[in-house]
Formats: sequence, C-alpha cells, structure tokens
Amino acid sequence: MTIAVPAPLAERGGFKLDLTWPVLIAFAALLCVLVLLPVSWLVVYSLTAVDEATRARELTLHHFAQLFSDPDLVAPLITTLIVAVSSSAGCCLVAAPMAWLVARTDLPLTGPIRALVTASFVTPPFLGAIAWEILAAPNSGLLNQLYRYLTGAPQDDYLLNIYSLPGLIFVIACYTFPYVFVLIANALDRIPGDLEDASSILGGRTWTTARRITIPLALPALLAGVLIAFLQAMILFGSPAILALPAGFHTMTTKIWSLFQYPPKPELAAAASLPLLVFTVVLLRAQHAILGRRGYSVVGGKSGDPRLIRLGWLVVPAMAFVGLVLTLPVFLPYFALLNAAFSPVATTLLTPLNATLHNVYFTFFELSSTQLALKNTFILGSLAATLGTLLALVISYITARQAVTGHRALGFLATAPIAIPGIVLGVGLFLAYTRPPFVLYGTLWILLVAYVTIELPAAYQQLQSAFRAVHPELEDASRILGATRLRALRDVTAPLLRTSVIATWCFIFVSVVRELSAAIMLFTSETKVVSVLIFDLKESGDLGAIAVLGLSMLLVTFAVVILMNRIPGFGGARLRNT
Amino acid sequence: MRQHRFTRRDLLRGSTALAAGAAGITVFAEPLRAAPPPAEAITPRLIEAAKKEGKVAFYTAMDLAFAQQLGKKFEATYPGISVRVERSGAERIFTRIGQEYSSNIHAVDVVNTADAAHCIVWNRNNWLEPYLPEDVAKHFDKTYYDPDARHITTRILISPIAYNTNLVKKEEAPRSFKDLLDPKWAGKIVKAHPSYSGTIMNATFQIARELGWEYFEKLAQQRVMQVQSATDTPKKISLGERAVMADGAGYLVIRYKEQGQPIEIVYPEEGTPLAQGPSAIFRAAPNPNAARLFQNWMHSREAQQFLVDWARQYSPHGQTVEKPGVRPLKDIKLMKEDPEGVHRSAEEIKKRYSQIFKV
Repeated sequence: MTIAVPAPLAERGGFKLDLTWPVLIAFAALLCVLVLLPVSWLVVYSLTAVDEATRARELTLHHFAQLFSDPDLVAPLITTLIVAVSSSAGCCLVAAPMAWLVARTDLPLTGPIRALVTASFVTPPFLGAIAWEILAAPNSGLLNQLYRYLTGAPQDDYLLNIYSLPGLIFVIACYTFPYVFVLIANALDRIPGDLEDASSILGGRTWTTARRITIPLALPALLAGVLIAFLQAMILFGSPAILALPAGFHTMTTKIWSLFQYPPKPELAAAASLPLLVFTVVLLRAQHAILGRRGYSVVGGKSGDPRLIRLGWLVVPAMAFVGLVLTLPVFLPYFALLNAAFSPVATTLLTPLNATLHNVYFTFFELSSTQLALKNTFILGSLAATLGTLLALVISYITARQAVTGHRALGFLATAPIAIPGIVLGVGLFLAYTRPPFVLYGTLWILLVAYVTIELPAAYQQLQSAFRAVHPELEDASRILGATRLRALRDVTAPLLRTSVIATWCFIFVSVVRELSAAIMLFTSETKVVSVLIFDLKESGDLGAIAVLGLSMLLVTFAVVILMNRIPGFGGARLRNT
Repeated sequence: MRQHRFTRRDLLRGSTALAAGAAGITVFAEPLRAAPPPAEAITPRLIEAAKKEGKVAFYTAMDLAFAQQLGKKFEATYPGISVRVERSGAERIFTRIGQEYSSNIHAVDVVNTADAAHCIVWNRNNWLEPYLPEDVAKHFDKTYYDPDARHITTRILISPIAYNTNLVKKEEAPRSFKDLLDPKWAGKIVKAHPSYSGTIMNATFQIARELGWEYFEKLAQQRVMQVQSATDTPKKISLGERAVMADGAGYLVIRYKEQGQPIEIVYPEEGTPLAQGPSAIFRAAPNPNAARLFQNWMHSREAQQFLVDWARQYSPHGQTVEKPGVRPLKDIKLMKEDPEGVHRSAEEIKKRYSQIFKV
C-alpha cells in the first residue's frame, strides 16, 4: 500500500521570486551589446569615408568597389577560400573515421588517444606553424635534413617546403582537426546502443547500421564540426603570417592586418570583412536547411549502453592510422620545440654535447615581458572561460527551449562572431571602445570582451548540440512538479550537461590562450599576452625563446585542463547513466 | 667740401641695409633661438628621484638579446629601477606609440628607433622632451643630436650583405647588390621588410635612390624569402635556411661570426646602407626621472662601450674604442642617409615594396 504524503506546507508557501525572465533578458541584452557594438562600427566604417575637406563621415561604396577590383585584395580572398575548403575537407577525412574508431569500436588506448587529440587542440596554431617551420623549412628543416641524410640528396634538394600553399593548408588542417574530432566523438558517445541493437536485430550488418543509424545521428555534429573547421581556417591569422608571408602571398587576415600598419586604413579593412560575414551566414543557413526539423535527441529518460564494434585484425591498420594522424600535430612539432628549446641553434639536432639551458635562462630571467605576459594570459583565460560558459549556457538554453521570443535572432547573434575574423573584431572593438563612454583600450577588459565574443560561437555550438541531445521531457517533468524554468535549468539540465559545461570551460580557456588575431590589435605593452609575445619573438627570429615560452604555456594549460577534469563533482570521462 | 645732406636715396639705402640686416639676423637667429638645453650630468638627486619611480618603460628596435642585456646592466648599475623592454621593429614601434598616444595612453618613457624619420614626426607632434646628457655635449659630434637635444643618436647601423659559409664558397659570394640579381641566387636569398624594420626602411630608400626601383623589381624575380626583422635575416643565414641575405643587421652578422656561426659579412660595392638609431624621452613619460637617468646612462661612455663590445654596433661616442676585427665606419663605403627623404616617402616606399614583393 502506498501513501501519498503531501509535501510540507513550508516548502510551498511564501512568495517565490522567479528570476527567470530578468536573468534571461539580461543575458540576451549582454549578448546584443557584445556582438552588435563592434559589428555596427564595422558596418559604419565600411560604408563611409572621411571627407578630406570637411573631416566628416560620408556614405560611400568606394571601399567595396576597391575590394572587388584591386587584384591585391581579390587574390587574398581567393587564397583564403582555397585554404579553408582544403583544410576543412582534409580535417573531415581524417577526423571522422578517427572519431568513429575511438568512440564506437574496441580500439585500445582510447583514453590516451583522446588526451593526445586534446594536446593537439591545446597547441596554438601559430606555435604549431613555428614548430613545423623548424621541421620542414626547405633548407634547414629537421625533416629535410633527415631526408638528405638518408637519401644522400644534394644540399639544395628538399622533400617538404612548408613555405607554400600546401604547407599552410597542412598546418591549418593539423590544428583544426581537433574541433571536428571532438564534436563527432562526443556525439557518437551519446548515441545509446539500443538503436544500433534494434538495427542488428532486424538483420542489419555493421556497415548498414553505421550507414543508416550511426551516421545520420552523428550528422549534426559532423556538420557543426565541418563548419567550425572551415571558419577557423578562414579566420586564422598566426599561421598565414608565419608561413604565407615568407612564401610571398597574403591571406585575407594577413592582408587586413597589413592594412592597419601605419598609416591605418580601417575603412578598407572593415569592407574586407563583410563578405566573410555574409558567406558564413549563408553556410549557417545551409546547415540549418540540411538538418531540417528532424529531432536528434538521444538522451531521453530511457537509454542503453553503446555497443562497441569488434575490430579483430583491423586493429593494426587502425592503430597505425591513428598513430600517423597524431604524429603530425603532436609528436613531431613537440619534438621540434624541445629541440629548439635546448639546442643552441633551433635546427641543429640536440645532442647531449650541445644541449644548453641558455634559452630557458633567457626566457625566464632576462626577457622582461615574460612574467607580465604569463600573468595576463592566465587571468584573462580563466575570466573569459567562466563568463563565456555562463553566457553560452543561458543563450543555448534560450534557443534550444525557445524560451524567449526572438530566440532565433539570439541564436544568430551568438554564432555571428564566428564569421568576423578575429583581427577585424579586434578592429571593431578598437573603434568601439576607444571612445567614451566605455574607454576600455589599454586595459585587460577590452581583451576580455574580445575573447568572450570570439569564443562564444564555438561554446554556443557545443552547448547547443549538447542541449539538442537532452530531451525536454526531463525538464518538463521537473516543471510539472513546480520548478521554475531557471530551477529546472539549474537542478535538472545543468547536471546532465555537466561534462559538456566543463568541456566548454576548458575549451574556452584553451582557445583564449591560443588566440592571437584579436589580441594583436588590442594589446598595449602593459596588457601583453603570451601569444602576442611569441608572435613578436617570431618576427625578430628568436626561436629558442619561442620554444621555451611555448612549451611552458602548453604545460600550464595541460595542468589546468587535467585539474578541471579531476575535481570531484566536476569531472568524469563521459556521460553514462548514473 | 660738400656737406652730405641726408637724401631720400640715403634713406632708401639705409632702410634696405637695415631690412637686409634684420632679415639676416632673423634667418641666422633660428639656430640661436633653438639653443640646446644645458648639459645634464647624472646627479645623486636624479638617481634618488628615479629610484622613487622604480621603473622605466623602454621601447626599442634593438635586437632583443642586446636590449635585455642593456636593461640588466642598467638595473645592476642603479638597483631599484627595473627596465621593461618592449622590443619590436622600428616601424612597428612607431605605429604602436601612435596608437597608444591617440588613445591617451602614455606608457612609453624612452624610445630607441632605427628610423630617424620617426623623430621628425614626433617632434612635429611636440611629444619629445629636450634633454642633453653631459657625455653627449662633451663627446658626441653635433651631427649626432638634434639642436634642441630632443633626440640623440645612440647607435649607428649598417645593412650589408651576408652569406652562409657552409653553403657558399668565398670566391662565389656576391660582392655587390647587382650580383644578387644573378640567376644562380634564385630561391637562395632572404630579405627583411621595410614595413617592420627601420633599418630596412632606410636601406630600401637608399638603394632605391642609388639603383632605382627597377633593381627591386628584378630582385623580386629571385623568389626571395621575405621575413620581417633585420635581426631575423642573419638568424636565417646561420640556421642555414637561405644562403645569402640581401639586407639585415650588420652587427648581428659580426656577432654571430665571432660566436662561431657559419656566416660572413660582405660590404657591397655600391655602398652599404646606413641608418642612425636615435633615442628620445617622451614629454608625457610616466616615469620622467627614470627616463632621464636611463637616457643619460645609455649615452655614457660605459654603456656605449658595452654597445661596441657586446652588441658589436657602431657608437657615436667619441671616446669608445673599436674592437679589432670589425671594420671601422670610416673605412666602409656608405650610402648617404636622408631622414627627411624617408619621412616624405615612407608611405610610398611601403606601398611600392608590397606591390613588388606581393607581401
């Protein structure tokens, strides 16, 4: 016999303050200011010019005319598109099979493999580009030296030339493939086994199941990953600055940056960024059209364990493939950096005889900017990660649950910054925050705003696909029992999304540490960050200091990420039914 | 004897003479009016005031290793004052200072640039403070500092050719800029960029003046590797990445050669481009006393000798002793420097260079 016990009156009585609406509106307003302010300044600057005589701004389409007619501006645009398409295609070809192998098969060592992919993600692309320079510069590169040693080829011969378009595409693909891998692997993790079991019960073989169940379920994540990889490749600044300029060609981002060297031409740069924005909007609409209205929730109130596919003898080529893939962004570059850190000349192979601690000493005890840069970076990283995750969580809740009218516009706003190259966002912020009432230039705040704005889209995408996977029925159940929306979000949904939230925090932190393109526009000597310091060192050619600084940065970032994942109540490998 | 009457002609003659004299005085009075400030020595009071401020922000285009060493030496000489070195190419530093000042951020105390044209702009904006260290008044030739002592040449830079001795034999090495156009050097040359480096901005201006822009157009056909800093090209040579550098910091070539790196310097037959590296204090400096102390110390015999000994640069100080093994400035055929010309044509140089070299 069951007795229904009424809840004690004290809990239900009294006035409950429902903070849902104020909180949601406040976050929405913050998002609007964050995104619309710099974008509107960009639009203003691209459509106006300062009249020489009257010093007033006048409307003009001259900048756009120049943009599409000047070959100096058209060529970089085409180069950028080629780079973005090739590197995202390359990423997908590599990341999708690898994610499937790791998430859905009985491949051994999946833990270390995931960790190494994280390592590849944590490595800033510009640091990777520098490391690949040390490895594959045509005459001095370590790999080319090895090639000449093994084949006896003459001094002028080389196997790999990193200062070229394929070289740039390769390096960019190396450091954007983690995005695709993580998104697909997470999605595949969440697919419960009963759907695939049902398919095999009905007679489907492994490949049929994969084709008709697994892949469609992973499609949103795959598309999101491709989109992010494409856009990241399009807006990267560090790698092209390091590899394309010596080779004699510009990409859009380096061209925009060069437009800011004295005397600056912000109008032209603003005009140059608007086509990229339009292009991204088109891509996002296309993604929406492909996915349509199909629901992809797989974590309902009822789930099963995922079924792992047995590889058998295929495990050998699979491991070889995974190993090869991981060598390129992780093992080889880290080796090159270690070599450069402890060797007197970066491209001389390290031996016990010539090892030196001079570079380490120089970086930490002589270089006066080191301490300041490290401090700034980690303050900014933590602050931006916390604020960004919070903002992304609330905004993705609003759009996933359609809680506020105009949520579609909010969703668009949250993803809009992804289309603006970091360097141009830097300019927009510069234009917006060097005038009253908010004069933030010269402080860490402007960098914080820049970082949160830049990382918001990716964080939002991550949390949104996590939300999509959690069926509303769980929150509905709690709301039926009397919880407000906010309470349901806090007590029911957030714990389910805990892993995603922590992952997003770490993601933003790592992205902030590796972000260069906006920082290079907004920093001043007091607010320097490590990425800018490394870039400065690269321009003057101090490879030893770069290697030491880069390796220390990596070490500390790894430490933070591991720590966050180990804190009790926070971490946990992946979501399982608990 | 006729009485000389004061005629209208006399009046005309007299007033003309008077007017001419007045005009002459006005013209020649220009430098007189702009007399340099009194020479200042390093006094205990200055040191005390500087120590109270405790730090100095030094924006410089010197190569990083030397800039940090200089800072450390200053800190050792005057404990309690820390030097924060902000190092980048001279053109980049110029842009950054401009950006900071236009947003009312006054972070820089002392600047050392490799492009004297920057001082012309800063003077015009009235950003620099006149300050004449005693050593400069006594031992520097007057051509090395502004009449108002608003900027003082701290070092003299040359931009020679250099080559990697492992990759190029001495007999085959290029001996002039024209030699670099030989097809055998295609794909083997590394060069720095005038939009980043003040030394290279000056070198580009001087080479364009002597050899014409057609020279650069032909050089661009050689598939030159384009780096940014004049301090990067010697590094690329000693890495072995390219065989020949078309321009770069001569002092680094000498320094690396003495360290045993496989690099050798070549003074081009047409003349070696020259750039003076002036330093200045900013009026709005956040640490004015520390700035003065640093500027004073940087031009003292001790620091200048350190410049010669450690950095292997050329010093304008009359009492420094050249190290043997370095060819003295007077023995090198130099191209003529022209800061005014650079100031007028800097934008055009950058634009034309980008068009020719595509980056």
